[in-house]
Amino acid sequence: MAEIIRRSKPLSVSPLKSSQPLGASLALLGLNRAIPLLHGAQGCTAFAKVFLVRHFREPIPLQTSALDPISSIMGADDSLLAGLRTVCEKHHPAAVGLLTTGLTEAQGADIHRVLREFRERCPEFQAVRIVPVNTPDFSGCLESGFAAAVTAMIAEWVPSANHPDALGHPSLTKAGKKPGQARQINVLCGSSLTPGDLEALRELIERFGLHPVLLPDLADSLDGHLDAEDYHPLTTGGTPLAAFTTLGDAAATLVIGASLDRAADLLHERTGVPTHRFPHLFGLEATDRLVMTLAGIADQSVPATVARQRAQLQDAMLDTHFLLGRARIAIAADPDLLHGFSQLLAEMGAEVVVAVTSATTPTLAQLPLKQVQIGDLDDLETLARERDAELVIGSSHALDAANRLAAPLLRAGYPLHDQFGGYQRAWIGYRGARQALFDLANALLSHAEHAVAPYHSFYSGKADARPEVRHGATPTFADSGRWH
Amino acid sequence: MKTSDLAALRDEPACSHNLQAKTGCVRPTPGAAAGGCAFDGAQISLLPIADVAHIVHGPIACAGDSWDNRGTQSSGPALFKLGMTTDLNEQDVIMGRSEKRLFHGIKQAIDRYAPAAVFVYSTCVTALIGDDLEAICKAATERWGVPIIPIDAAGFYGSKNFGNRIAGEAMIKYVVGGSEPEPPPVDPARPELKVHNINLIGEYNIAGELWNTLPLFDELGLRLLCSMSGDARFREIQTMHRAEVNMVVCSRAMLNVARKLQERFGTPWFEGSFYGVSDVSAALRQFAARINDPDLTQRTETLIAREEANTHAALAPWRERLRGKRVLLYTGGVKSWSIVAALQELGMTVVASGTKKSTEEDKARIRELMGEDAQLIEDGNPRILLEMARAHRADLLVAGGRNLYTALKARLPFVDVNQEREHGYAGYRGMITLAQELTRTLESPIWDAVRRPAPWLPHGVTEPVHG
Repeated sequence: MAEIIRRSKPLSVSPLKSSQPLGASLALLGLNRAIPLLHGAQGCTAFAKVFLVRHFREPIPLQTSALDPISSIMGADDSLLAGLRTVCEKHHPAAVGLLTTGLTEAQGADIHRVLREFRERCPEFQAVRIVPVNTPDFSGCLESGFAAAVTAMIAEWVPSANHPDALGHPSLTKAGKKPGQARQINVLCGSSLTPGDLEALRELIERFGLHPVLLPDLADSLDGHLDAEDYHPLTTGGTPLAAFTTLGDAAATLVIGASLDRAADLLHERTGVPTHRFPHLFGLEATDRLVMTLAGIADQSVPATVARQRAQLQDAMLDTHFLLGRARIAIAADPDLLHGFSQLLAEMGAEVVVAVTSATTPTLAQLPLKQVQIGDLDDLETLARERDAELVIGSSHALDAANRLAAPLLRAGYPLHDQFGGYQRAWIGYRGARQALFDLANALLSHAEHAVAPYHSFYSGKADARPEVRHGATPTFADSGRWH
Repeated sequence: MKTSDLAALRDEPACSHNLQAKTGCVRPTPGAAAGGCAFDGAQISLLPIADVAHIVHGPIACAGDSWDNRGTQSSGPALFKLGMTTDLNEQDVIMGRSEKRLFHGIKQAIDRYAPAAVFVYSTCVTALIGDDLEAICKAATERWGVPIIPIDAAGFYGSKNFGNRIAGEAMIKYVVGGSEPEPPPVDPARPELKVHNINLIGEYNIAGELWNTLPLFDELGLRLLCSMSGDARFREIQTMHRAEVNMVVCSRAMLNVARKLQERFGTPWFEGSFYGVSDVSAALRQFAARINDPDLTQRTETLIAREEANTHAALAPWRERLRGKRVLLYTGGVKSWSIVAALQELGMTVVASGTKKSTEEDKARIRELMGEDAQLIEDGNPRILLEMARAHRADLLVAGGRNLYTALKARLPFVDVNQEREHGYAGYRGMITLAQELTRTLESPIWDAVRRPAPWLPHGVTEPVHG
């Protein structure tokens, strides 16, 4: 059980937290031919766009209802209607994410009603699927905004099973298919998973002869690929909207990330498909559980390649435990990612001396940690200095803190803008864990001072080892060459 | 902020757009808007002031999604690089606890970082719920004896440009004139030299490019009292009223500052640019002309002759490689006309230029440089830019960071000339850097490789990468 320390200072300095609208936008970007529309002033969109562009090094579709003083005070429904119409007219998206911001939430905007009004007024855009999500930035964080968007997508687009049952009992799936025979696997993917993670996850599931439907699928939209066409105002990949109606046909649903618990409940309620929940997929134990689950669903033995990867991870654990055992680590991350890293490090016997996260969640107390601070990177730095942390895990924002601490930084989370390819790195599974261990150990190695500091004996005959001689200083009386 | 204050700020007589519409700045279209908000503009205008604690008063998006994302450099304090925000939560907003949090937040910043001053930025939510920024800042100043400056630029007040203006206004209202500069130190090598004070307005020291021109000012005996706001200190802003001449560097953003300094202190000002050899020289000549010191004029001419000769010599090999290359230019803040001239100096052909943020005079100058049938792009969304590039057979796009990946996806060489850029292009030295960067991308072998279809495809067929 982790002790949760709540924020106690008035200012957040060097924020760890990113906003809910940004997280919800990210989730929408995992849908095919989609565009998020933020209902607010232009800055919310501009900041989120720059943030995501710098992280992924990709053009990011994102629009705004561009509120001005009049619409902010007198009501912004017309701006939102106009914004929706413009986006539909100009780009013909398959899906639009309609997201609120602090301004419109404080204003009391009712986006659900405005959306109904839009449907009545603009029947010509009936084919455009629009999902409204409430994402005020005065609560939650990137992770919870992402989860809210996934929940809203399920609420909007996943039909109840063929024989809707008020009690939510599982019903038979479509003609001829019985649960267990279907080869489709739904995967609800939380915000802690990178496009690289999703590729690894897809590959692993496919090795069992199963067909994963990832939701949302950032690996298909933001993996950084070069298209034949040169310009797209919408996402160029991601979960197709048609997939939402097939979720009820799947043999099972995997849920990655505790942040998606509500989304998972809702999906289960709608489809009745058996659900397997994983708070994260970091390290040996979590991956073992995933592999056993997949083997069970597919009703087949574990492929030799996967077994081999497991053995490789075990070997890496042996190799790196000299460095990682009792290593003192400071982590700043959103809750799911923090959970993953703390488990991975716990398996290695490393000590997480500082854990800072951005927002509180129902499962935070269950993390394998002594203490979790809800806070910022200033807290990370202060606590890491106090507790003598040797290595920092955090986003690019944590670099200055790590430098001041003279500790190496392992970059993870959002944003990663001071290096290339952060988004394609896979952390999960046997292979992801193995690479993570190597990188952690190498980072420690590069900063390590294991050996005993050189001692120069007064009686030694080694003239070259005496510091004064090495630095060319004038010999003092004490060592004025009497040994020569 | 009061409606009348907002209206007064929109009315900027020194801006040529003022003549066109009553509102001054144009309203954005919902669903087809690009660019930031007034808060964004205010923040980027003032954030480079390095020894100030910049507190963003609002929920997390405003600071959390935007801090640590600009290339502005400091030669000293790094305090400005810390993102500080009251990070308001739901309870703060509903229960009206946000003012209290701000007050204590200011104390936290003062106790922990001992800033020269604290700037407090309002945001949409705190403006909407009616937090009285001015009163809190006044009370905090009295309580702790540190200047606390309210920057009331909530996002919804208007565009990014409008935010620049609000920021400038706040400096005029609360800061400029707050202290007097020390007498300039005497250079023992030139004890007789008459030193003149100057300001730059709208220079943000992106990628440290101010430091390309600062040595020239030193050599000429021009003391840069303050650059607003690249590598500035709070005290320097306070002394801006003592300059003999002000130069407005970035087009429309802070014209109001120059105008008001002239109204109140009689300081003459001019608009200029440090991009391109001839514009750097022109700016230096302008300083000399306005200060009207024959000795300075003579030394300026000597310096220009030397620097131009050296720069042209250094540019010669690059010019050969860039000659005749066709450029599509689409800049934001930096003066388009100046970049047009700079690219032409390198022997390149500018086939079209963006004018979204240009004044009418700017456009006239562009036409002068590019010829009467010059293609001007008023609103360059990515699709229009790419069509334009194709139609004009452009060899590369020179634009701001937001179009970087648009160009790369279209396999079009690109050089970033806006605020996120990695290189300083200002001054004579910057021109050489620009030539090097243009050449680096144009001559890269990757362009053929990324345009080449996969070898297993029949000739002329490109394969969609996904279904």
